Amino acid sequence: MNPLYLDNNATTAVAPEVRDEMLPYLTDHYGNPSSMHTFGGQLASKVREARVKTAALIGADPEEIVFTSCGTESDNTAIMSALEIYPHKRHIITTRVEHPAVYNFCKHLGRKGYRVTYLPVDSRGRLSMDAFAKALDDDPAVVSIMYANNETGVIFPIEEIGTLLRERGVLFHTDAVQAVGKLPIDTKTLPVDMLSLSGHKLHAPKGVGALYIRKGTRFHPYIVGGHQEHGRRAGTENVASIIGLGKACELAARHLDDERTSVSRLRDKLEKALLEKCPDPRINGDTEHRLPNTTNISFEYVEGEAILLRLDEYGICASSGSACTSGSLEPSHVLRAMGVPFTAVHGSIRFSLSRYTTDGEIDRVIEVLPPVIDELRSLSPYGRERLAAEKLSQCTSSPT
Amino acid sequence: MWEYTKKVRDFFLHPKNVGEIENPDAVGEVGSITCGDALKLTLKIDKETGKIADAKFQTFGCASAIASSSALTELIKGKTLEEAMKLSNKDIADFLGGLPEEKMHCSVMGREALEAAIAGYRGETHVPESGERVVCKCFDVTEEKLRRVIIENHLTTVEEVTNYTKAGGGCGACIPDIEAVLRDIWSLKPVAEMPREPKKLTNLQKIALIQDVIEKEIRPQLQADGGDIELIDIAGDKVIVALRAMCVSCPMGGVTLKGIEEKLRELVSEDLVVEEQ
Ligand code: FES
Repeated sequence: MNPLYLDNNATTAVAPEVRDEMLPYLTDHYGNPSSMHTFGGQLASKVREARVKTAALIGADPEEIVFTSCGTESDNTAIMSALEIYPHKRHIITTRVEHPAVYNFCKHLGRKGYRVTYLPVDSRGRLSMDAFAKALDDDPAVVSIMYANNETGVIFPIEEIGTLLRERGVLFHTDAVQAVGKLPIDTKTLPVDMLSLSGHKLHAPKGVGALYIRKGTRFHPYIVGGHQEHGRRAGTENVASIIGLGKACELAARHLDDERTSVSRLRDKLEKALLEKCPDPRINGDTEHRLPNTTNISFEYVEGEAILLRLDEYGICASSGSACTSGSLEPSHVLRAMGVPFTAVHGSIRFSLSRYTTDGEIDRVIEVLPPVIDELRSLSPYGRERLAAEKLSQCTSSPT
Repeated sequence: MWEYTKKVRDFFLHPKNVGEIENPDAVGEVGSITCGDALKLTLKIDKETGKIADAKFQTFGCASAIASSSALTELIKGKTLEEAMKLSNKDIADFLGGLPEEKMHCSVMGREALEAAIAGYRGETHVPESGERVVCKCFDVTEEKLRRVIIENHLTTVEEVTNYTKAGGGCGACIPDIEAVLRDIWSLKPVAEMPREPKKLTNLQKIALIQDVIEKEIRPQLQADGGDIELIDIAGDKVIVALRAMCVSCPMGGVTLKGIEEKLRELVSEDLVVEEQ
């Protein structure tokens, strides 16, 4: 059975065109692009081509792209570089809802003696600009704020933030791993200094990413060794995957409009149907400024893993912010930061679509999920208590 | 996602004894929605025989929590209260063919609900004193509960304590306190002398268990290295085996046999001796 895959914010399928483009570089053309002989050396031009395509997707110049092994490496590199450049500045500003690649890295730096400001968000997952402005007074080495949230899809006002930072001359990094390929991004006009992207979120394979570094931005490498990537990231290039990333970026640029039209249409259809068919659902996050492919819904009084596992029986793959899906015991730090009540936070489910998602697949989820929720609710001690309480309040409040 | 046994999946997908008994004789409620799992157990008790005539559950929680609750009701139905009280969280986990380590707290929750229900029925309801020390604030775990679960399950590390009680799995502020409790318990009672539940097996059970352990635990390991083993006979506590394939010519045969003996002693009975044919 082919899985019905709606967990594209976790990872995506490698596009067939990407796979085809990569294959020769996994088999016959296995040279090292740094070699002097033609066998390896000729690969340098393929890597260059991939750089051009990757840059094009975000309106950058090819020289502004450094290939990395993943989004996490790009994020860590950007923050570390800033700290190396400004050794006297011991302050970092980020948010409470970052991806662990930034969030946990900042926590780690906090333990090493840096001061980290974690900006709060409101109940819809939107950044508090007041808190941001206040934090700025403390002269940070770098501000790292995600472009769009991986769990809720909420998009941050990167342009507004960047403009403010530029006035102050503060280095600005954005983790745009979830946004690149889903939203039009143009670094020519977007006021960011560094931007991270990841291959496997846009139909390239896992194990490849890139960091955009605006021309003129002072930079210090994180991985030091050979002279690859103009000394900005050592290590023999992951040639096949870089070629794959280039192809994936080319395809993403071509499909960018679909994200806003067909992908978001399907997402909205799913969301609308679930809101109608399941009692007391709750959309987590701002629905106005949101990625076109993501919806995060809570079904109160049932637990996320239980929902996921039932869905799994039907071959449907989604994701949950509940603690029980992960090794940790605390539910999603993102939903907690938004103040989503515990009754809902444990029962949160994220569906993330891709350009390969079909109408039929969405219909299937709409058919399968509501009875699953009903069934689990009938198992839960809370649903009933709540219903009873509701009935009671109806009695007392209804006019006699 | 977690790897669950077939039985856990089955008890999750087709839970038995779901619901609430009308006019129950005993009710046990544990957990909370904040912590992410909660269980309400209702019992019907036959006053004449003192046996649990019926048991139903409602659970808010993950697959393991639902499966553990359902397993609990299956395990206690028909038992006297005394028999039921002997049930440990390990029995619940074992009945399900095991739970992932990180999910053992689900079986603990089952055991606690049972305890609460029976205590209530006997009128021994334990009202928590205001002075009772809560060690883990994130998951509201008292020192008393920690001590009980640690001793009952022979837990020695903070990680294990977290798997069984959730304590320490949130902000982590309570970890030094958990360490102190662990030190306190096991320095009085060295780890080597941990209470072990003596396994009283009938001959048939013992033979079946030995076969099972050899098939599921020992053979796959040997086969992975190109070797194999055959069970020849079991006479009392003597297990006679023959090494096969690569193991035959292996100079480490003696070590292999010792290892097999250790495994069987650990999983079946302390008294077993393994001999080669
Ligand atoms: S107090 Fe125990 S984990 Fe927070």
